[in-house]
Amino acid sequence: MKFTLSWLRDHLATEVSLDEILDKLTVIGLEVEEVVNPAARLQDFTIAKVISAKQHPDADKLRVCEVETGSGVKQVVCGAPNARVGLVGVFAAEGTYIPGTDFTLGKAKIRGVESHGMLCSERELELSDEHEGIIDLPEEAGERIGERYVDVMEFDDPVIEIAITPNRPDCLGVRGIARDLAAAGLGKLTADPVKPAKGKFDCPIPIALKFTKETTDACPAFGGLYVRGVDNTRVNGEDYRLITRRLRAIGLRPINPLVDVTNYISYDRGRPLHVYDADKLKGAIHARLGKKGEKFLALDGDAYEVDGEMCVIADDRGTLGLGGVIGGESTGCTADTRNVLIESAYFDPIRIAMTGRRIGIQSDARYRFERGIDPQSIELGLNFAAQLILRMCGGTASKIEMAGAPPELKTVIKFDTDEVKRLTGVKFKSSEIKGTLKKLGFGIDGKGEKVKVKVPGWRPDVSQPADLVEEVIRLAGVDKVPAVPMTRDSGVARAVLTEGQKRVRRSRRILASRGFVEAITWSFVPRAIATRFGGGQDALELTNPMSTEMSSMRPSLLAGLLMAAQRNHDRGFADCALFEVGQAYRGAEPDEQFIAAAGVRTGSARLEGPGRHWSGTTDDVDLFAVKADALAVLAALGQDPAKVQVTRDAPDWFHPGQSATLRLGPKIVLGHFGVFHPQILKALDISGPAAGFEMDLDAVPRPRRKARARPALDIPDLQPVRRDFAFILEQAVPAIDVVRAAQGADKALIADVTIFDLFEGESLGPGKKSLAIEVTLQPRDHTLTDEQIDRVATAVIAAVTKATGGEIRG
Amino acid sequence: MSVLDATPGGDLQALENELLEAIGAAGDLNALEKVRIAALGKKGRISLLMKSLGTMAPEERKAFGQTVNGLKQRVSDALSARKDHLDAAELAGRLATEQVDISLAVRPGPLREGRIHPVSQVMDEINEIFADLGFSVAEGPDIESDYNNFTALNIPLEHPARQEHDTFYFNEKADGSRRVLRTHMSPVQIRTMLQEKPPLRIIAPGRVYRGDSDQTHTPMFHQVEGLVIDTETHMGHLKWVLEEFCKAIFEVDIVKMRFRASHFPFTEPSMEVDIGYTMVGNEMRIGEGDDWLEILGCGMVHPNVLRNVNLDPEIYQGFAFGVGIDRIAMLKYGMPDLRAFFAADLRWLKHYGFLPLDVPTLAGGLSR
Repeated sequence: MKFTLSWLRDHLATEVSLDEILDKLTVIGLEVEEVVNPAARLQDFTIAKVISAKQHPDADKLRVCEVETGSGVKQVVCGAPNARVGLVGVFAAEGTYIPGTDFTLGKAKIRGVESHGMLCSERELELSDEHEGIIDLPEEAGERIGERYVDVMEFDDPVIEIAITPNRPDCLGVRGIARDLAAAGLGKLTADPVKPAKGKFDCPIPIALKFTKETTDACPAFGGLYVRGVDNTRVNGEDYRLITRRLRAIGLRPINPLVDVTNYISYDRGRPLHVYDADKLKGAIHARLGKKGEKFLALDGDAYEVDGEMCVIADDRGTLGLGGVIGGESTGCTADTRNVLIESAYFDPIRIAMTGRRIGIQSDARYRFERGIDPQSIELGLNFAAQLILRMCGGTASKIEMAGAPPELKTVIKFDTDEVKRLTGVKFKSSEIKGTLKKLGFGIDGKGEKVKVKVPGWRPDVSQPADLVEEVIRLAGVDKVPAVPMTRDSGVARAVLTEGQKRVRRSRRILASRGFVEAITWSFVPRAIATRFGGGQDALELTNPMSTEMSSMRPSLLAGLLMAAQRNHDRGFADCALFEVGQAYRGAEPDEQFIAAAGVRTGSARLEGPGRHWSGTTDDVDLFAVKADALAVLAALGQDPAKVQVTRDAPDWFHPGQSATLRLGPKIVLGHFGVFHPQILKALDISGPAAGFEMDLDAVPRPRRKARARPALDIPDLQPVRRDFAFILEQAVPAIDVVRAAQGADKALIADVTIFDLFEGESLGPGKKSLAIEVTLQPRDHTLTDEQIDRVATAVIAAVTKATGGEIRG
Repeated sequence: MSVLDATPGGDLQALENELLEAIGAAGDLNALEKVRIAALGKKGRISLLMKSLGTMAPEERKAFGQTVNGLKQRVSDALSARKDHLDAAELAGRLATEQVDISLAVRPGPLREGRIHPVSQVMDEINEIFADLGFSVAEGPDIESDYNNFTALNIPLEHPARQEHDTFYFNEKADGSRRVLRTHMSPVQIRTMLQEKPPLRIIAPGRVYRGDSDQTHTPMFHQVEGLVIDTETHMGHLKWVLEEFCKAIFEVDIVKMRFRASHFPFTEPSMEVDIGYTMVGNEMRIGEGDDWLEILGCGMVHPNVLRNVNLDPEIYQGFAFGVGIDRIAMLKYGMPDLRAFFAADLRWLKHYGFLPLDVPTLAGGLSR
């Protein structure tokens, strides 16, 4: 919402400075976005008059003009088609900075002819985009040659732009803003200059509302006022100059007096109006719902097709325009208009919003109607428009013709002024509260603290006590509210994070401490990629994504991480360890969304650090690098990795022989890890070795509540004994089978079994491998004798050979 | 004449001088061993002197014995001292050959390579601050029902605010309802109020989504919202909590704050909050100065919202606020472009990220 300072001062009698006004606007919720004084950059431009204009000797489109300026007659070469003798324009002398083109005018020779200065277009002065010709001022300005342009045109009027929140349609008019400032103590709202028009005759055009009972609220009231015998070409009067100056200042292009009056009132009162050239109307004018297929040519020059839910204005010939959104070209007012019908109606905000969106038109009228205008302003709009038109264009006004009736004001709030204290903590005097509300136009009924408050029509946002509290505290200033410490509930400090949040936190720190760098990638990925990672379901497709690259909710974090790794690879960083902890999606229901922790290692980005080093070059990443990461996450979450099963059934985005699923029993899948499938790498355009893991943090069982005290420490007095064994096995035998068999050979004595060597070579025979284990025996009561040790060794060999079909290596 | 030549008799003092000199002159353990043998070996000169005691008269033997024993002791001590010295010299010589190039670089190790994303770090900082103020942390799904994201928050279907949010939608379900990507963290407030009974004091940090993209907007970003519901919490408490939060997060004693009236459908009264700042060169000083920076929105929970979660607004009241986490991170740690947060550029992550053990705590300071 834009307006000028002088415009505001029409409605607000105040002595305070511009800065005070700006500060107050911002604090009471009308946030100032920009203040520009167009005069500031136009100080050096003066009024001048063309006294002769001759053809340039060497250029068809240029003229050599003699221009009378404040410092004598100057020769100016001008290319504007409207440069002519007698034109009063805006002159820039040599050395003047031209804001619209961002350069400082120097002495110039144009095709051999000297030019001392320039006559400017509106675009050059940043007044508009107009660049068809130079500024052509009214003749009488020619009496003020040499004076500053900003003084002659009274441009010295700061333009203020404020952001209006959707709840404040009343502040889409300058008077509403003035009312707020007056209530905030910054002056007094001036008396309203609008008087009821003295209608001399009945409106000759019948007005009707054609709705069913169900749709009558589309346009419950439609008022019209007819002005006979106007002259729509009177553009030089003082009133019209004021209106057009203000409209220009806020960025609107003046069109003709009748149309400009409606635009002016729209900004002055937030009251949209429409004017019809009454002679172009056929029969009665009426509001009704559109019929599918009906078309009309709108004032913006485009043709639109309406549908059965839009409210249209029509005459006997058909649809003229969309009520409250845009008028039609066929009945628009032009310079020739002699008789005008002014429309002032009330339209349903919801239907206007729907219509505007469906048809794609943003107009000042739509903007106001969809936020809700004052239903009681129909007559005010007609009277104000008639008053201005009569003053500017002459003519005779009719009486007001009204079809239907505006919605009644029914909102009355039972209000206890103590409510202000309850919600804000600040005690205001009851009289102070009521005074503020009255200044805003609220009606107060009753005495003391418990009153009834009647809400004015321009405040559709106010419906209950909290809304009134907001008005009071907003205008008093939230700064008046003192900060009050909150007391902490007594009791023992508890964890404030849920188990899930603690897992997220721990997973992040454990992965970062394993050399991973945390990335945050988009929650959405291209559908083709989502599909490759088990996603791409319809339920997870966005209807309106930013782009097709961001259309599917990710089924896995690995896709985003792999793509991120490749981007880094392309920048010259082939060794990447990236992780992310965040939401992934199996479906759109809350229980189908889970928190995953995933990591990708590429190149040689292993735990010890990537690449070549004098102490030894790091190998490429492999399955075991990421297996360690996956188990580290589990361990950090309190899940004993030794209890986890590693099965050969990872999803198909992994290498089928070098990947695994981590499980707890047949039902719980904790996650997967492995080397990526070459086809996935190819599809994502990923170069080089890449391995990764992904854990479902929600799948890890919650730890059972344990006692804080640790179990008693058991330290055996006797030294452990270690024995090594090597077995020759079929290659397919999992190492874990050997370890488990050995552990089971003597559960009392065997404390640990580890694999310390793996050898695969032709010397063993085809398809064979040798696995060497170290078995640790922990004696408890007495030192083991050689016979006892041998007995355990025999048992280990027997157990392993039985379980695996292998044999002890000689 | 060398000390190695045995000359029984003779001048004992001369012999001692001679032996001590030879010990001192022995350059290595071999030479020293030879001196030892010449002095104390079977046929060594001191040994021979000791043997000659047997041939002496008792009187003479006693006096001479004492002298010779003294001599033997001093020579032995000198030998042993010289041996220690030669041992040490030999060790030093060996160690001198065992030098390595101490300038060779070591691998930095994972604890120095790994990084925590600034958003995660700032989230941890925020959690820490609000934990101290007695808040607990709530959570909810990213894909939300239209009802939780809008309707329950007093944003009916045709409300202009729905358009302002640039919502991402999913296709309509069979029953006509539509899921959305949450546009703010407020649906978690709704979930919490439906599941738990007041008094409530929660914050909800998480990812939110709006269709917007430029230097300070991305279609995905992070917010933390707070909610307090009980029977007496008012705007004064809200101001205090936000002041405490701003001081704590920006680690300054005083933060200049400006509360401006504003509008959100789910709070009434509503406010936006600016903090003062000043630019010193390229550095932004938060908390002082005459320029204002908008950092959060807040207000008293709207009575309609309370009704929607079955709380009586005449009994219960409270406040809510929302802050952009990414924005706080940008301001606090001087990161100019929001889009870089989600580009996963290793160079950016390494530069702006945090070490894994730099866990924010109130005891240890939120930032190092």
